[in-house]
Amino acid sequence: MGQLKLENACKSFGSVDVIRDVNLEVQDGEFCVFVGPSGCGKSTLLRMIAGLEDITSGDILIDGQLVNTTPPSQREIAMVFQSYALYPHLNVRDNMGLGLKQAGQPKAEIATAVDRAAGMLDLQNYLTRRPGELSGGQRQRVAIGRAIVRKPKLFLFDEPLSNLDAALRVQTRIEIANLHRELGATMIYVTHDQVEAMTLADRIVVLRDGRIEQVGAPMELYNNPANEFVAGFIGSPKMNFLNAGALGAAGKSVGIRPEHIQLATEGDGIAGRVSHVEHLGGETLVYVKADPHGLVTVRLFGEHSYAVNDQVIMRPDMARAFYFDDNGQRLHPAPA
Amino acid sequence: MSNPFTSARGNLGRTAAAHAILIAYTILALYPVFLILINSVKQRRAIFNDPLALPTAETFDPIGFQTVLEQGNFLLYFQNSLIVTVASLFFVLLFGAMAAFALAEYRFRGNLLMGLYLALGIMIPIRLGTVAILEIMVAAGLVNTLTSLVLVYTAQGLPLAVFILSEFMRQVSDDLKNAARIDGLSEYRIFFTIALPLVRPAMATVAVFTMIPIWNDLWFPLILAPGEATKTLTLGSQIFLGQYVTDWNAVLAALSLAIFPVVVLYLIFSRQLIRGITKGAVK
Repeated sequence: MGQLKLENACKSFGSVDVIRDVNLEVQDGEFCVFVGPSGCGKSTLLRMIAGLEDITSGDILIDGQLVNTTPPSQREIAMVFQSYALYPHLNVRDNMGLGLKQAGQPKAEIATAVDRAAGMLDLQNYLTRRPGELSGGQRQRVAIGRAIVRKPKLFLFDEPLSNLDAALRVQTRIEIANLHRELGATMIYVTHDQVEAMTLADRIVVLRDGRIEQVGAPMELYNNPANEFVAGFIGSPKMNFLNAGALGAAGKSVGIRPEHIQLATEGDGIAGRVSHVEHLGGETLVYVKADPHGLVTVRLFGEHSYAVNDQVIMRPDMARAFYFDDNGQRLHPAPA
Repeated sequence: MSNPFTSARGNLGRTAAAHAILIAYTILALYPVFLILINSVKQRRAIFNDPLALPTAETFDPIGFQTVLEQGNFLLYFQNSLIVTVASLFFVLLFGAMAAFALAEYRFRGNLLMGLYLALGIMIPIRLGTVAILEIMVAAGLVNTLTSLVLVYTAQGLPLAVFILSEFMRQVSDDLKNAARIDGLSEYRIFFTIALPLVRPAMATVAVFTMIPIWNDLWFPLILAPGEATKTLTLGSQIFLGQYVTDWNAVLAALSLAIFPVVVLYLIFSRQLIRGITKGAVK
């Protein structure tokens, strides 16, 4: 079991409101990702769930039990930190077993739990080493192992991949996804990287300025963003926002994803000049300067031979466009 | 050298110059100590005739050491000094680190003011309060006890300890402390098993800076504990310094012996100390 419910959760530091009236339910076994730009309160929210920050008002319930004032160690949660946070004076085995030892579990049981977790993470050969003797990737696996050993109701991940290099990040991301499948546990994962969010999550919670902007499955957010912020945040490269007036549409802006624009050299469409091209092999990103829209990113699949200063015509797939009003809210239904 | 192509001669010249300066400074700094050591084993007349000369077979005379060890209850003084220094050091480090941890770790009203208040003692010499301290010690019946000295020295050492250690405590990773909280460690265990080992270099720095003034102090032993049973080494050596006659052999011998424990304690802490000083630079 591992179900989480936040009711009107608020947090303020002095007069600064960091979390404003957050309501959220995370179901048992769900992989839920909090995503948002720096300073949006996602880490604070996670620490409130962990009990490391107290809640200013509202309620936190784990499995239906009110835990507002329960200390972190009794909330039956485990947390994996960005900086690994391994105890430097303990070896890997003791690092992983400390939580159970504190809880007064018998030694044999601790050893079994540690061995099992080490087996899942390929750490059997490192159990007697100290954290200082491990690489970054291994340290993060130990930190994840420490969480598994506790058999928590909730796994909390605070940007666990940010300190790893790009290749290791992809690998560890897959390991975490596999782990979630294997354990079937409830996981809450904080990241500022929308790729991590999209690839890992069952459900994504997009936060901005301490408020939830939208909650939904990755594809739901991609195909049906509630507002301009979510539309711009989810998807890579970022969605283009074209000037609605120049296209003869209502509202302020028209959002169109880079992959939903075709390029041509002649014919109807939005005329522009190529200002930069990125050749990635599998895809080509063409940055087109077009007044009054500004710089528009076009994502083409395969190799293309556009050069800087070429005159091009962009043909957005208007059926997949999103329309936003002056406040950045989505216009429903799309104006004709 | 990491780069084999840098000019070896240029480096050699620079290294030699650096070492010449360092050696010159070392000689300058150690010369008074050296003078004390050589003169402590010379005849009284030789000390005055030629104070800079090394002891020869003719002028060698261990009379100073004999006087000190026979007359002055020297071992007792030595023991008193050691007890006072080590006990004060222990309390300064313990309470200083605890206060520093609290200041660095917990958000409470007046945190900053409390930190400034605790650091105020760095700027105000404790000797200004001597009369009041003496009155308190008389009232508490602590005059002529080592306890009085330990209390005063702990108070004297705490401001600098809190000031330096709170800066280092702030650098201890929050994630690490939070991980320990989730694992169910008490705040005391987090302090003793996680924070303290990580600030060990800073503790060594504080220990050295705290220890030397305590060991050398004459003022408070003279005022608070001048009794024969509680004399410290520095105070004990004063019996050889008279208004009219000074037994220089004995004074120099006592000083030579007094250097010894400080050097030992310094050697214990120095490995940590160097790490503390270079910590920010290297990593």
